[in-house]
Amino acid sequence: MRTVRTSPHIHGSLRTDKAMLFVIAALLPSCIWGVWAFGLRALLVLIVSVASAMLVEYLLGLVSKEFTLKDYSAAVTGLLVGMNMPPEIPLYIPVIASAFAIAVVKWTFGGLGCNWMNPALAGRVFVFFSFTSQMSSFTLPRWMAVDALSSATPLSAMKTAITGGAAGRSAELLSSTIPTTELADSISSALGISPYAVDAFFGNVGGCIGEVSALLLLVGGIFLIAAKIITWRIPVVYIGSFALLSWVFGGIPYGLGAFHGEILVPIFSGGLMLGAFFMATDWVTTPTTPKGEIIFALGCGFFTFLIRYFGSLPEGVSLAIIMMNIITPTIDRFIRVKPFGYVRKPKKEAKA
Amino acid sequence: MKLATFSRGGVHPADKKDLSKEKKLERLPIPSELVVSMSEHLGAPAVLTKKKGDTVSRGEVIGTAAGYISADVHSPVDGVVVDIRKVRVQSGAVADAAVIKSNETQSNPWTDKHDWKKLSSEELLDLVRKMGIVGMGGATFPTAVKLTIPMGKEVDALIINGVECEPYLTSDYRLMIEKPDEVLEGVMVAAAIAKPKKIIIGIEANKMDAVALLSEKAAAHGYPITVMPLKMKYPQGDEKQLIKATIRREVPSGKLPLDVGVVVCNLGSCYAMYEAAVYNKPLVERVITVSGESISEPKNLIAPIGTKFSDLIAYCGGEKDDAVSMVAGGPMMGFAVYDDSTPMVKGSSGLLILPKMVDDFSAPCVLCGKCVQHCPMGLQPNKMFRNIKYGNYQAAMDLGLMDCKECGCCAYTCPSHLPLVQGFKLGKKMGRKKK
Repeated sequence: MRTVRTSPHIHGSLRTDKAMLFVIAALLPSCIWGVWAFGLRALLVLIVSVASAMLVEYLLGLVSKEFTLKDYSAAVTGLLVGMNMPPEIPLYIPVIASAFAIAVVKWTFGGLGCNWMNPALAGRVFVFFSFTSQMSSFTLPRWMAVDALSSATPLSAMKTAITGGAAGRSAELLSSTIPTTELADSISSALGISPYAVDAFFGNVGGCIGEVSALLLLVGGIFLIAAKIITWRIPVVYIGSFALLSWVFGGIPYGLGAFHGEILVPIFSGGLMLGAFFMATDWVTTPTTPKGEIIFALGCGFFTFLIRYFGSLPEGVSLAIIMMNIITPTIDRFIRVKPFGYVRKPKKEAKA
Repeated sequence: MKLATFSRGGVHPADKKDLSKEKKLERLPIPSELVVSMSEHLGAPAVLTKKKGDTVSRGEVIGTAAGYISADVHSPVDGVVVDIRKVRVQSGAVADAAVIKSNETQSNPWTDKHDWKKLSSEELLDLVRKMGIVGMGGATFPTAVKLTIPMGKEVDALIINGVECEPYLTSDYRLMIEKPDEVLEGVMVAAAIAKPKKIIIGIEANKMDAVALLSEKAAAHGYPITVMPLKMKYPQGDEKQLIKATIRREVPSGKLPLDVGVVVCNLGSCYAMYEAAVYNKPLVERVITVSGESISEPKNLIAPIGTKFSDLIAYCGGEKDDAVSMVAGGPMMGFAVYDDSTPMVKGSSGLLILPKMVDDFSAPCVLCGKCVQHCPMGLQPNKMFRNIKYGNYQAAMDLGLMDCKECGCCAYTCPSHLPLVQGFKLGKKMGRKKK
């Protein structure tokens, strides 16, 4: 008996479920760092998030009779939700976030491929506005904690400082509130950059479990680009446009004037790396055309900048990406690829 | 050196040509029974002129062209028509076919050489038409129609397609390696008809030995032919992509290569034109690559048109136990065939016996945009597919569905394994019907 199918009779190696496993693999270094820095409590948060996301996916599968756990997309969503939680968060919050992400954002329009914004980000934003104080109390990595008191992230501390009327660069603004490591101090005195940028790059700062180490996120992101799961366009344009805006206008709220804004601290902190490489590159909620991807990334960069510097929140990555997710269908509708051998269509004549 | 290629999209499947690359051309012994379909080519099927019981001789016309885009069909053997029946060929077309029982001894009417250089271009064109030559890369467009240059049009370039970008296939490669002089002379026949300003043979970089051999031979004969190596990328063997790769011109949507002053001709057809011009031999046999992981001995065979696939498989030592599918043509655009007695046609460049190549995974579209990135025509397969899925054929056509040539790059890369090409085939059919 011959099997008959339509051409092509061979297929490339890319597959949705395998791609999801690649994303999980790329996220793991950063997760391990988070667990190492914040202790087993962080691991518990990650496990609870992934488990609740998969459980909700399974339960909804019972209703819809589609069993979609094996495409691993729920696991990725759960993991991203967990990585976006502060390490000391009460455990019911990641459960709510995961449930919201899967049940409301992903499944109301039909599951994988039909969500209109990134589920993990939507879950995070939902609990952020519902449990703001728990969602914004962070701890420092255990080797830096002077006492058990919670600490601010560099971005929120800077926001607090400038709303209090202070001005200056991160090194001056933060010296009284956030400690730095010796490594960062030595590198910063050698290179003349802010020690907080160095600490944020290596992951020696307070923050959500998965967002602290910019270096490991960068490694994971480059792995995804090398594996051809994502393209360079969104992360590079997103981070690039945000850095440019920060440099040109970012100094203004800090009393530094135009073209004197800091670049490294904002880039390496506040989950920008996590957002740019793993959230803004989500297949479903980003434009499909290369030109559209660039517009999307520029928008992300712009809104992140706007919210961080001129909004009342210290962090803007999640809201910026969600905002662009919502605009994505519009981008896809109007930004088209120029077809091969394109001929401009003559204006349609009025119907006789 | 940076090799030329087309600019947009495309994929790089493993070329798998090693299976049959070194296998010399072999002549298949004339099978005892042939099934010669009247639908050997693109366009109207030929009209069968023989009845059951008629004797036919080798090279005799048994089907006459029915219209402008059509081609004569000749008997590949001496024999008797034992039956006339409707037969489905690889493309799915059903047409009358003559079942010919071949005689024990076969004549060879094609031994005398003719000097084609004395003929005018009109006479040569007529010869190409009479010999039933069609594009042998798979599309089987009648070559005579292609080489008919309308008044007032000039051909800047005659591009010979020796790309063979489909994996597995090595039929054109073997022709270039074993019959370089004949192929080049065939190119000159085409050039004598089309009168181009320049002649380019495009060959992909996995056949650099053929590039070297043909350039050397062309120089030795003093032919004004440029042999151009091209970077490997599927679907470079498509006319439009080949024109873009070789002379950087883009054929406008809905137009023909001639509109940008180009005629593209398949390399196998050039060899057929050589035989037609020199020996007055009609197109009654062709080179076919029998390959795939599940055939015992991959081979490059010269087989008469009308040979049943089962005869080819038997000659190649039968198939292995893991064989699940039989594909006529290449793996990217070929047709899966279920019936082993399907006959070869003029466009049968390969026959592949494959094990299970594609797993049964399926997922919904995740809007990853891979199809958009890889579409060589700059279309948006994801959108067209969604429209077709919901029956909105007009919307799909507005998105350029008719520019799609079903090369399969989108379906090859789709991580959710959507049957994109199947959708587009359906969409085109339904879309045409509505008009």
